[in-house]
Amino acid sequence: MPAPTRPPIHAVGVRKHHRRADRPALDGVDLTVAAGRVCALLGGNGAGKTTMVRILTTLTRPDAGTVHVAGYDTARDGTRVRAAIGLVGQYAALDEVLGACENLEMFARLAGLDRRRARARADELLATAGLTDTGRRPVSAFSGGMRRRLDLAASLITTPRVLFVDEPTTGLDPEARRDLWAAIRALADAGTTVLLTTQYLDEADALADDVVILRQGAVIAQGTPADLRRLVGEPRWELREPTLEDVYLHLHTTPGDDKATTR
Amino acid sequence: MTTTAAPPAPVRTRLWREAAVLAGRTLRHWRARPAALAVHLLFPVLVMLMMGGLLGGAIAGSAADYIVFVVPGVLAFTMLSGLETTMTAVATDAARTVTDRFRSLPLAPGSVLLGRVLADLLTSAVELAAVSLAGLALGWHWENGVLPALLAYALLLWLRFGVLWAGVWAGLTAGSPETVTAVQILVWPVAFCSTVFIDPTTMPAWLGAAAEANPLSATASAARALFSGTPADGATLLADHAVIFAVAAPLLLTLVFAPLSIRAYRHLDR
Repeated sequence: MPAPTRPPIHAVGVRKHHRRADRPALDGVDLTVAAGRVCALLGGNGAGKTTMVRILTTLTRPDAGTVHVAGYDTARDGTRVRAAIGLVGQYAALDEVLGACENLEMFARLAGLDRRRARARADELLATAGLTDTGRRPVSAFSGGMRRRLDLAASLITTPRVLFVDEPTTGLDPEARRDLWAAIRALADAGTTVLLTTQYLDEADALADDVVILRQGAVIAQGTPADLRRLVGEPRWELREPTLEDVYLHLHTTPGDDKATTR
Repeated sequence: MTTTAAPPAPVRTRLWREAAVLAGRTLRHWRARPAALAVHLLFPVLVMLMMGGLLGGAIAGSAADYIVFVVPGVLAFTMLSGLETTMTAVATDAARTVTDRFRSLPLAPGSVLLGRVLADLLTSAVELAAVSLAGLALGWHWENGVLPALLAYALLLWLRFGVLWAGVWAGLTAGSPETVTAVQILVWPVAFCSTVFIDPTTMPAWLGAAAEANPLSATASAARALFSGTPADGATLLADHAVIFAVAAPLLLTLVFAPLSIRAYRHLDR
């Protein structure tokens, strides 16, 4: 049974060492995200962001550590975890041959909706994603931004309690990025807990209530964006507020600064 | 609007319902790409026409005699060669993370693979019909009644079921669809080192024995026996008991590769 007091995402001491890798992808990561918050997992290539998302969504088993999502243990209650989450992966995981509406209908049928309700839900999500006019076109003809919107819609067939969004705007133009940000923000405002991974600091700045910075599989800083800005110190930023980029660069260039936290 | 998942049905009900949805996905692919379906079916038909019409006289001295021999062989060959589409589809889904999406859903264990198997078997039945029609056009007909003919087709589908698991495993572990295409080239040497196209008595003894040990040969020989009513015989015990071997070999493939496929699916990692 889920523990009612446990946060929607609660991971302790997560370790993962991929075969043939020189170093662990994750080395004792603790991560807690409170209900209704948007948490950005920030880090460069190879920081361990995607591995963390795969572990949280039951796609990969950790070597060590305990992971609870939506109150359920991912190792013991995988099916319950999967029933409570939505995943928007790094690549749009869609059937390229089928049309947008057919994709959504298929996922709705897999969620247990009958044919009529699946069709209605697909139409509803197409409208929300602004894809009603292109619903019959095969996904292979879609632009990157349209695919990402459809991918997000596919993860919302049943309203997830926790949504994982892995580098959602990589390769998108500025307008498509803004559209996707608005969609994610709207979900969070409606009460969905969101874990977002990104390499873009402006994305974390725009969306996140909390930020966790990963480097080489370890958490090196975490807190609210405002808290993290304070880490860089006042004197260097006389003309403007420090951005998360300043924080990130500060943490990555400060020798011996292995771990910083505002909590 | 907030939508919640339907109340969970019993696992077995969910398994078949979800498998049917996923099998329907493959069939929608054929509807969306009729040209691809036509090419897929045309290939074994062309092999049938080439072997039966063009080369039959040269191989057996009489095209009419050879057609009786080669049609069951081409049907067995089709069960192997037609697998490419499924292998590529499995590898493509894995590479494009569609499989990850399925794995992140609360589906009944095994429904994704079962859906793939159902769709492939349906496709196989269409392949068998197309090749049989080509054989009939060249003068082939079964002489042993409908029931033995249906048993022959059941054995052919059983062969596909066995090799399908090997194909699913290969697709999941290949890493990319391109790798699968490279593996597919092996279909030809496997087919030629069998009794599918050529009577093994015309081969060197050791090669004939190797050809008769090929599971494709067992199914082809068993189908020949069932279609014609003439008992299977050959130089080896396996050839003499082709029907038993035609049942056992796919069973063995299934016992080995079905668990490997399920394991590869569960632990799919990129």
